[in-house]
Amino acid sequence: MVKMTYVEASREAVREMMHADKTVWCVGEDLGRGSVFGQYLGLQEEFGPDRVADTPISEAAIMGAAFGAAMVGTRPIVEMRFSDFALCATDELVNQIAKARFMFGGQSRAPMVIRKPIGLWRSSAAQHSQSLESWYVHIPGLVVVCPATPQDNYSMMKAAIKCDDPVVYLEHKNIWQMEGEVDKSLEVTLGKAAVRRSGDDVTLVSWSDTANKCVAVADRLATQNIHAEVIDLRSLWPWDKGTVLASVRKTGRLVVAHESVAVGGFGAEVVATVAEQAGDALRGPLRRLGAPRSLVAYAPNLEDQVRITEDMIEKAALETLGKSAP
Amino acid sequence: MKQVNTATHNTARARELLAMMERIRAFEEQAILAAERDKLVLGAIHPSIGQEACAAGVMQALNTDDILLSTHRGHGHTLAKGADALAMMRELLGREGGCCGGKGGSMHIADFGVGMLGANGVVGANITIGAGAAHGIKLMGDNRIVVDVFGDGAINRGPFLEGINWASVFELPVMFVCEDNQYSATTKTKSVTAGQGAAARAKSLGLKATVIDGNNVEAVANAADEIAARLRAGGPPEMLHLITYRRTGHTSFDPATYRPEDESAREEKLNDPIARQRTLLAGMGVSEDALDTIHQTAQTEMIAVLAKAAATPFPDDNTAFLDVQDTGSPAVEAF
Repeated sequence: MVKMTYVEASREAVREMMHADKTVWCVGEDLGRGSVFGQYLGLQEEFGPDRVADTPISEAAIMGAAFGAAMVGTRPIVEMRFSDFALCATDELVNQIAKARFMFGGQSRAPMVIRKPIGLWRSSAAQHSQSLESWYVHIPGLVVVCPATPQDNYSMMKAAIKCDDPVVYLEHKNIWQMEGEVDKSLEVTLGKAAVRRSGDDVTLVSWSDTANKCVAVADRLATQNIHAEVIDLRSLWPWDKGTVLASVRKTGRLVVAHESVAVGGFGAEVVATVAEQAGDALRGPLRRLGAPRSLVAYAPNLEDQVRITEDMIEKAALETLGKSAP
Repeated sequence: MKQVNTATHNTARARELLAMMERIRAFEEQAILAAERDKLVLGAIHPSIGQEACAAGVMQALNTDDILLSTHRGHGHTLAKGADALAMMRELLGREGGCCGGKGGSMHIADFGVGMLGANGVVGANITIGAGAAHGIKLMGDNRIVVDVFGDGAINRGPFLEGINWASVFELPVMFVCEDNQYSATTKTKSVTAGQGAAARAKSLGLKATVIDGNNVEAVANAADEIAARLRAGGPPEMLHLITYRRTGHTSFDPATYRPEDESAREEKLNDPIARQRTLLAGMGVSEDALDTIHQTAQTEMIAVLAKAAATPFPDDNTAFLDVQDTGSPAVEAF
């Protein structure tokens, strides 16, 4: 076990994979200076400017060129700085990368990791704060992952680089400095959830940084002798229906919580699946927490209006049990 | 490596260029019949009738393992790059054995076996992808080159700027080919384009740009040979701007009533690339009979290709869920 921060974990995974596979390379703006959050610090010195390539501010070209390079046999790691900026390369991701293998009848692969940091990050306002993971889940061809811990940011980054499908890799901006123990020998399978707390009373399903809040809520509930099971989906496509359904069959109660907008969010998919496939096991009302369908503001008090908090998750969990918050 | 032929009028090459243009013409004539007469091509096709010199002239400069990225109007490029005509026709008809298994159709035709990495349904999208293919080639230390074809309409899209700038700053071996047929779908390109077009814009980014009569297949071939040689020697990316004319509508179903009545007829009469090459060959002493034989051979080939494609079954229903992705495949995950 090694102690690492979330940002160090994925950087170390990238570094190790670049040593292991000469076709892996990184491409994006300012990578030589580590990029916005230090995700690439030291890598250009170690691997040179060809394999850690600084680019113009041309999101469409970064994504499109990386795709072209993937089709001729390299494995690019694409940096978009903020998921918001990645929207400038939507055609390249959605119409080209996601579809190429199918449209060309299996002739091509696009083994790419597309990094798009998501999430609320104090006073970053409407164009630097979004969580759009549910958009990408809607696009056949893409794998969508949202690691929430240093361990997962290490293990999932390695799995994503090894994956022959394009992986939309959504790190949360607010937890770069989160510390945790990392077992480098631990491998993850994309599509397999992590059960971060076991319990019989209520199932809390989440991903990304909100999963960390659910863990904190489970600890709070434990002091009230309520045992919550926390399922961190970790990847949204594919997502681990089996683990969620088994848990709900055990607890009979479900709360899904995410930072992104509730309307049309992935929480709706989880709730609908549980209602369809384990509705008979439910012993309390389903709860789904997501942001109001509004925009992220700059002023801290306004920004907080769209934030899903531990208090809100705890209240929802208690409501599924017919209780009210203490 | 391909030997560059510097002789302007080499009879063997001239005959090959004519034969390829005749094959492209015959293929597309059959494709149009399959669409309009036989109702066998169900989706849109975008013919390049009258533009065959661009495809034949540029592609002869490439080796099989060189890379091509093309457009929605890409039948000619694909055939000239070496793709199998029957697999292509099957693809247009959505049949088993189509080069994309019937999943792409005309607009997404591709044959990776001959370095053809895809036509594209989105105008201009292939410009950055082609630059990236060259980027990958350079990273791997190969000396292959990339031809990235787009139309005059594409120069008004962002990827034109981003892709050319990219190829230039990373010094990538790309021949950007603007096949300028003068129409952006159904709008005259000049009416919606500032400045002097593709070559001028490429020059503004520091690229060498060559403007050629795109219906003179010999001139196109010579220019492409010269650019390819410079790229293989490690030269920077270049622009080849080919002036041609689209004789059909945007799609085979478009009667193109938006253009002057006699414009297409005048082009057909005075500026047909096949007729011009026949005239050249006749001047070189090739008999009319020999030229007719080249024409007839192409016609016979493509009539047979259509008949054979039409007799091929549709793909198995189950292939609808193949080749989406391995992780989270719809063949496993219904919802």
